[in-house]
Amino acid sequence: MHSLFLYVGLYLCFLMVLSLYRGVAGPTVVDRLIGVNAIGSKTVVLLVLIGLLYDRIDMFVDIALAYAMLNFIAVLGASRYFQKRKGLYEEPPYK
Amino acid sequence: MVLNGVVMVLMFCGLVFFTGGGIGILRFPDFYTRLHPAGKLDTLGSLLMMTSVAIFNLHEITLSNALTSLKIMLIVVFVFISSPTATHAIMDAGVRAGLRPWEKGMPRG
Amino acid sequence: MIEPASRESSQVKTKWGPFVVTFLTSFGLWLILSGKFDYFHMGLGLISCALVSIFSGDLLFPGGLPEGFLAKAVGFIAYLPWLLYQIFLANLHVLYLSLHPKMLEKINPQVIRFQSRLKSDISMVTFANSITLTPGTITLSVSVDGDFKVHAIDDKSAEGLAGEMEQRVARAFRED
Repeated sequence: MHSLFLYVGLYLCFLMVLSLYRGVAGPTVVDRLIGVNAIGSKTVVLLVLIGLLYDRIDMFVDIALAYAMLNFIAVLGASRYFQKRKGLYEEPPYK
Repeated sequence: MVLNGVVMVLMFCGLVFFTGGGIGILRFPDFYTRLHPAGKLDTLGSLLMMTSVAIFNLHEITLSNALTSLKIMLIVVFVFISSPTATHAIMDAGVRAGLRPWEKGMPRG
Repeated sequence: MIEPASRESSQVKTKWGPFVVTFLTSFGLWLILSGKFDYFHMGLGLISCALVSIFSGDLLFPGGLPEGFLAKAVGFIAYLPWLLYQIFLANLHVLYLSLHPKMLEKINPQVIRFQSRLKSDISMVTFANSITLTPGTITLSVSVDGDFKVHAIDDKSAEGLAGEMEQRVARAFRED
């Protein structure tokens, strides 16, 4: 079973690279936020899988929980910060 | 053996949903539609994968293993509360910044 | 007409209700997260949970416990399995859309406004989060008097909005 978890973790890393494209190339700031949020939600699962691989899942679960909270607060804070910036985009405002 | 089969099936379903989320983020035409796969396919994907890990962790039932599985399900509950809230916060930021939603017939943004 | 005795008991309930609920929730979390069941650690947990509940119990329930708290909690838990099933169905729909080769012709994004008949804050939050979790629809904004703006990704998910889910939320929080 351990090799299965290893390959699942590698596949998750590949998916994170896909999301990273949106984070790097996204046309607006909020697009980048979406990419970062998607990477974060995959990282939580990846941390638990790493815990299984090292046989220390009781420790890695705590790290994953803390990371999930940190990711949530980071996304909330960033979106609150950027919504004050008018004109992220050159189009007329949407009514 | 049955347990391993259940774990594999759940993990495979979770990976399918994660893949859909990752591809959807790349393919959808604008910011608002990209949030649909990003915020929600990932939620169900992490529910399935975390459940599979929690089941695999119970292969020998002891108190500490049961507690670890409970903690994993606690992460799932937290993700289910926080993910819609984060999605709504990002979407609210987009609305207040004045992004116009994509409609049928417009070029890809 | 409220009898004086029952009013008194409801006052006691609103005074002690938030403390008891916050204490039980945080102590359950302490037991799961610490995982040590000896007297020393459980005593530490009891003391710190009691302190936290005394100081910030009214943050979780501003204005005391709502009427019929237990019935609402049971109704909410009974609402969850249906919500999970709905999430699964709708996730399959969005998965199909995002992997479809001619996706740009399939989707038709639109913003819908509608008026909800839910009244209390917690039921509107539950309803808004349920809308966001059911893929195909994301809540754009909710006003205090139940004015919802929802972004839907195609016609099919726009049609199914505000029907059965609102009824079920209203039934779960005893508002119908």
